[in-house]
Amino acid sequence: MNYHQAVYDVPSVFESCDRPKKPKAFDNTVGGLIPENLVRHGLDIPDLPERDVVKHFVNLSQMNFGVDNGLYPLGSCTMKYNPKVCDEIVSWKTVSDLHPLQDPSTIQGALRLMHELEQMLCEIGGVDSVTLQPAAGAHGEYTGIQLVRAYHEANGESRKEIVLPDTSHGTNPASAAMVGYDVLELPSKEGCVDVEAVKSAVSKDTAAFMLTNPNTLGLFEKDVCEIAGIIHDAGALLYYDGANLNAIMGKTSPGKMDFDIVHFNLHKTFATPHGGGGPGAGPVGVKKRLEEFLPVPRIVLKDGKYQLDNDRPKSIGKVRAFFGNYAVLVRAYAYIRLHGGNGLVSVSENAVLNSNYLKTLLKDTFELPYGDLRKHEFVMSGRPLKAKGLKTMDFAKRLLDYGFHAPTVYFPLVVDEAIMIEPTETESKETLDLFADACKKIVAEDPEVLRTAPHNTARSRLNEAKAARDMIFSWRGYEKKMQADAEKARPC
Amino acid sequence: MLQYLKLKSVEELFSDIPASVRTDGLRLPDGLTELELRRELEAMMAVNRTVSQQPTFLGAGVYHHFIPAAVKTIVMRSEFITSYTPYQPEISQGMLQALFEYQSFMTELTGMDAVNCSMYDASTALGEAVLMSYRLSGGKKFLISRAISPEKKLVAQTYARGADIQLTEVGYDPMTGSVDLEDLESKMDPDVSGFYFESPNFFGLIEPGAAEIRNILGAKTMVVGVNPMVLALVKPPADYGADIVVGDAQVFGSSMSLGGPMIGLFGCKMEHVRKMPGRLIGLTVDSDNRRSYCMTLQTREQNIRRGKATSNICSNEALLAVASAAYLSLVGKSGLKDIAAKNIEHAYLLASRIGSLKGFKAPHFKGTHFNEFVVTSEIDPNRIHEELLSNGIHGGFPLGKDFPELKNSVLYATTEMHTKGDHDRLVNALEAVR
Ligand SMILES: Cc1ncc(COP(=O)(O)O)c(C=O)c1O
Repeated sequence: MNYHQAVYDVPSVFESCDRPKKPKAFDNTVGGLIPENLVRHGLDIPDLPERDVVKHFVNLSQMNFGVDNGLYPLGSCTMKYNPKVCDEIVSWKTVSDLHPLQDPSTIQGALRLMHELEQMLCEIGGVDSVTLQPAAGAHGEYTGIQLVRAYHEANGESRKEIVLPDTSHGTNPASAAMVGYDVLELPSKEGCVDVEAVKSAVSKDTAAFMLTNPNTLGLFEKDVCEIAGIIHDAGALLYYDGANLNAIMGKTSPGKMDFDIVHFNLHKTFATPHGGGGPGAGPVGVKKRLEEFLPVPRIVLKDGKYQLDNDRPKSIGKVRAFFGNYAVLVRAYAYIRLHGGNGLVSVSENAVLNSNYLKTLLKDTFELPYGDLRKHEFVMSGRPLKAKGLKTMDFAKRLLDYGFHAPTVYFPLVVDEAIMIEPTETESKETLDLFADACKKIVAEDPEVLRTAPHNTARSRLNEAKAARDMIFSWRGYEKKMQADAEKARPC
Repeated sequence: MLQYLKLKSVEELFSDIPASVRTDGLRLPDGLTELELRRELEAMMAVNRTVSQQPTFLGAGVYHHFIPAAVKTIVMRSEFITSYTPYQPEISQGMLQALFEYQSFMTELTGMDAVNCSMYDASTALGEAVLMSYRLSGGKKFLISRAISPEKKLVAQTYARGADIQLTEVGYDPMTGSVDLEDLESKMDPDVSGFYFESPNFFGLIEPGAAEIRNILGAKTMVVGVNPMVLALVKPPADYGADIVVGDAQVFGSSMSLGGPMIGLFGCKMEHVRKMPGRLIGLTVDSDNRRSYCMTLQTREQNIRRGKATSNICSNEALLAVASAAYLSLVGKSGLKDIAAKNIEHAYLLASRIGSLKGFKAPHFKGTHFNEFVVTSEIDPNRIHEELLSNGIHGGFPLGKDFPELKNSVLYATTEMHTKGDHDRLVNALEAVR
């Protein structure tokens, strides 16, 4: 227990001392260019010296925890260490100072990189074509389900339903619903898809089946071939959520497993730092028969020149303006080139090795449902904690005190008090040993210490219910609330 | 570790994958060292022509603005850039407060009550607004101004189609470029849930009829698209009763990077907040009663509500929200007003110089514009484009393909990044096209 996060009371920038750089009155009409009836009066943004602003944000950053600080075993999110060279490349002017509407002749390098990235993703995913347009994994799902709909409509069919297992990520049913589908959620059996349940669920109304493989429990869906057969026999499509691709590169591929549509989470598998929530990128790969539906434009190589093809009458159109999250695409390209084919295979091998090693260290401390072998992540149940009146959340909060980010908790829903751990390939054996030791120590600690954890972070446990009740989303909202409270408190 | 697991080879860990779907490695090039990678990418990228190598007059939703060095210092802090969604608020207060401050800046600029901590970009923010408008007022039709970017229109169509919502276009006044109020009025019917227009619109014009639009819409949803930089000088959408505001905050401290990542701005009135997509940061206290921040109203989101969520969004563009907050803190209100004013002045100056050239009309529309304006000429826009390119200048965005009624028109943008020399080069090159 040697971790102590910085603790500051950093005032909001809005309550910092305002030092207007320009005391003289500013002409809001800009010399009459803006008519008086459109002019804005009053803008409550502080003027601060650069020195103070940098201090403000550096102090804030010290109250934040990233992969560079330590182990971040947030299951399903693949929080691996990312090579710094990738960040540097995207800051080059030849990458950052390009406008998306430039004439293709002036962005040949950028188009080449994207074209080559598409081809590399085709190889990794076992698919025939890739679009780079979607901005994140969920956006890739959305794109994929739009493709499903376009495919069936082109066949004169209006199928109504997307089927998926109860272990699926929340974005899966949400994406399906946004494309107008009903969602049918199947209960899993022993942590995997129940083939019999699929058989009885699938009908003429099934548009697609969505699956993550390995699934969110870290189990490889061994019946995937049989499932694919059932789905395809019913005339439906098979969708692959690629969030867990880090487990299988070079060992199998979604295409090989007969999936028709696949999204890649570039920020997970191919190393873009997650940026406190984003940006990411969610390219989508498809088999030949779906290619004509992909978003426009397609990047094509013609007579040695990269060009944009917008003449695609069956395309679903666009899911995002321009090309997608280009800077993330560049990072992923750089990451793949750094590792090469064999390097990526090692990535998956080490991710799976680390996960199984850590699982073995911890399986007697918690409960490990559903057999033994795992892929890149594993889910345990924190149920044993209940005997001491504790919850998984208490354990998670206490881990923070040891300088480890908490695992994903309470997901997937099929495991009671779920603890979902994904160590990734970039952590050393020493780190995994330390983490396991910390876990064991914590479960032996005085329950009160856990219940009141965390103790060594910038803040103690938060009152999240109050945030939902007060609904203060901005400094202005805060001031309003303060004013209202003061008025209430005033004696009449 | 293999020993500990009593395994002979790592292959045994993949024994659960059926042989029929096994693949044998990847047919990709061998790995590179960091130095080799840099060399190769430097060469590949060197063939791009950056906007500093060739003065570029493109805008249309993505803008080249100056970025103070300190923005990079701040967003590149390891603790920010290598963290993820702040699921554990106690150890993530830095990111949470930075995002709350982003929300606060956007609230201040737009006047809306709640701004989420980012959507993917303006186009997807618009798509989500179309869906939210349906959730708010239930009609299966949505009206959308014709004077918006073709990229955004295509994305809005995709999102609308997914929800079986019918999009109908509302025209613009051919003289002023502003919303054609008569057309809007004629298209209102009980099935319409709302209307989207922009200020500034695709032609760079500030909408003068917002109050009338509010009147025509009655209780229906008013969705306004903004370039948030304009709001330093121009009335915020809350003043004329907007229900939802969307836009892109890339203008605040993020590079163009070929249009991605961008950062979708999304704000709404308090009464609509539970129907809103995306993550919201709220203020609260910890168990020691210290001011603290956490994600809130998560019951709207996919991680809790699954198929019934207000949106599927999970990863967003948080780091760009930090960049926006850092940028706005650094420039302050004085700096922001100066920059916005310089953008307007540059655009008016350039428009009048181009307009005084023989055979050119600029600005094409009568109205107040920000840093973009439409130029019309008798000369084929493609010829102008090619001539400019051969002179090392990148002209504006030709409108003819998406707006046949403007087939000889081009949308030019200019920002504080252009020098007088850049303007001179453009004007001289245009004059030379014959
Ligand atoms: C299994 C799974 N599917 C989909 C997603 C959504 O990806 P993103 O956050 O990139 O939208 C995630 C990540 O959060 C995930 O873990």
